[in-house]
Amino acid sequence: MHVVVCIKQVPDTTNVKINPETNTLIRAGVVSIVNPFDMYAIEAALRIKEKLGGKVTALTMGPPQADAVLRDAIAMGVDEGILVSDRAFAGSDTWATSYTLAAAIRKTGDFGIIICGKQASDGDTAQVGPGIATHLDLPQVTYVRKIDELAEDHIVAERMLDEGSEVISCPVPCVLTVVKELNEPRLPSLRGKMAAKKAQIIQWTANDLGCDPKGLGLDGSPTKVVRIFTPPPRGGGIMLAGEAQEAVHALVEKIKDAVIAVSG
Amino acid sequence: MTEEPIRIIADKCVGCSACVKACPFGATSMSDKLASIDLTMCTLCGACVQACRFDAIEMRVKTEEKKDLGLYRDVWIFAEQYEGRIHSVTHELLGRGRKLADDLGMDLCAVLLGKDTTEQVRELIARGADKVYVVDRPELEHFQDEIYALVLIEMVNKYKPNVLLCGATTLGRSLVSRVAVKVHTGLTADCTGLDIDPETKNLLQTRPAFGGNIMATIITPNHRPQMATVRHKVMKEAGVDTNRKGRVFAEKIAESLLKSRAKRIRFEKDTSTAVNIAEADIIVSGGRGLQKPESFAVIRELAEVLGAAVGASRAAVDAGWIPYSHQVGQTGKTVCPKIYFACGISGQIQHLAGMSSADVIVAINKDPEAPIFKAATYGIVGDVLTIVPLLTAEFRKILKK
Repeated sequence: MHVVVCIKQVPDTTNVKINPETNTLIRAGVVSIVNPFDMYAIEAALRIKEKLGGKVTALTMGPPQADAVLRDAIAMGVDEGILVSDRAFAGSDTWATSYTLAAAIRKTGDFGIIICGKQASDGDTAQVGPGIATHLDLPQVTYVRKIDELAEDHIVAERMLDEGSEVISCPVPCVLTVVKELNEPRLPSLRGKMAAKKAQIIQWTANDLGCDPKGLGLDGSPTKVVRIFTPPPRGGGIMLAGEAQEAVHALVEKIKDAVIAVSG
Repeated sequence: MTEEPIRIIADKCVGCSACVKACPFGATSMSDKLASIDLTMCTLCGACVQACRFDAIEMRVKTEEKKDLGLYRDVWIFAEQYEGRIHSVTHELLGRGRKLADDLGMDLCAVLLGKDTTEQVRELIARGADKVYVVDRPELEHFQDEIYALVLIEMVNKYKPNVLLCGATTLGRSLVSRVAVKVHTGLTADCTGLDIDPETKNLLQTRPAFGGNIMATIITPNHRPQMATVRHKVMKEAGVDTNRKGRVFAEKIAESLLKSRAKRIRFEKDTSTAVNIAEADIIVSGGRGLQKPESFAVIRELAEVLGAAVGASRAAVDAGWIPYSHQVGQTGKTVCPKIYFACGISGQIQHLAGMSSADVIVAINKDPEAPIFKAATYGIVGDVLTIVPLLTAEFRKILKK
């Protein structure tokens, strides 16, 4: 089985600070990491290879330095990394992004299961996974929390919905998007780290993908950002001081009406 | 290599650094009184272009021919149903959709896929739909990504709606992502604001990004329908008027569209969640401050009295105190209740990203320096194990439970 895992480089928000004046993220000095959900995707891909044999390819689209996330994936045990990078991709929305990634996956040839994280932590759209599936005309199982059965020609997976779990049998090739509950991502081994350092990252540009340039970047993106602004800061919070009983009573007085309105 | 998508015109730049302040992505910087843009960080959002008073930043304009968009009419709402019950986000979309349709001078329509749909059609009309397009087939009883997408694509191609809205639920996002790619139009995720531009008549789609720290307004200027998923619990529900009349279009669909490669085998209801956090009006969440799994009992007790859902921070979930389906935040769920109680939760940015749009946030934490207090509407510094039971007792009296 050839598993392709799509990953994204995102800013690490663990230690992000907010500029109190402008209320925006202070991005200087913020390091880039593999999108947290994609870590579960990488782990899932490695486990499929361990069971069925074959190969795992990590694929990312981004600026040249996004090769760092491919090296992180290789350190975990992924066999090869492909970086799809070109100025022509700048300004891609989810339509153009999934079009570009689908073209790259097609170029890899013999893909079986394609795995994406549920969504990226910077854009939060959850649209690229199903978008890739549609561009490649593949079935999909989104929000996968558990894999019950795995074979060369099909997979049985549980997806996490708001009301519970849905168990789906899906033929391969297909696209999965995964949630945190699926697994515990492994730490890179020393050998993996060595391999990551030496690995030759495969680099593809727009020309290599052989797709319609009208589908790429700004031109290929039906949506357009017209305004970016910071939300008004939340009204200054009120601290309720005093003895526990007193503070609780004061709080109840403040929120009682709102509570009664919805649950009373 | 293609031309630069955005560039500084050196002759016009005066080095005022307005663009540096405007950039939400830290991509602009100043050196020798001349601005420069790091293209690896730039998302082409255009914030700097707006901010520059000297027209010194040029962004490449899309090259595309104007299409005839006049054929596209009406505001469509995808009516999500689960076990024959219309999802409340659909009621919210009908509420906002009414205003959008009126502003456009168009009809508000619902599109419903399901089995035995008579009651639901009536409900959609009572909630404001002027027309309901319905496909009633046994194959459509349960949501299935492929079939639902194929049928919806067919309907969109046939009727050409101007706007198509869908709840930003797990199902909604899986579905309309496929539809937007196939009909080749834009799709904006998880919107919290929708308006019609009075001049261009474009749908202005506003959504939070970077965990709610910035907001972006997005349009789909040259493709139709203008598609968006909308966050649950943000828009006001449409009222019910059982006397309303609407037109119903029962659609026949080719058998070939009703075949799915992925097959639903079974569904297991989550019994651990009395109230689903995505739909809850009140959420009581517990975090590391509870110190041990048994302490979640105090959270559950307050939730029960309030009729609330139980949420949790990542720390509590990772410690195995409560299942993942309760996790609020970046790697869990984004929630938008009326009231959110954060009990013993410090308020890491990842947690705030998932709940900061709640109307009222109550924070209870031992540490007066905890970042949660900055996001809170009301805060109490104290031990959750003391404070929460007192709250439960007070509300039990008030709500007489």
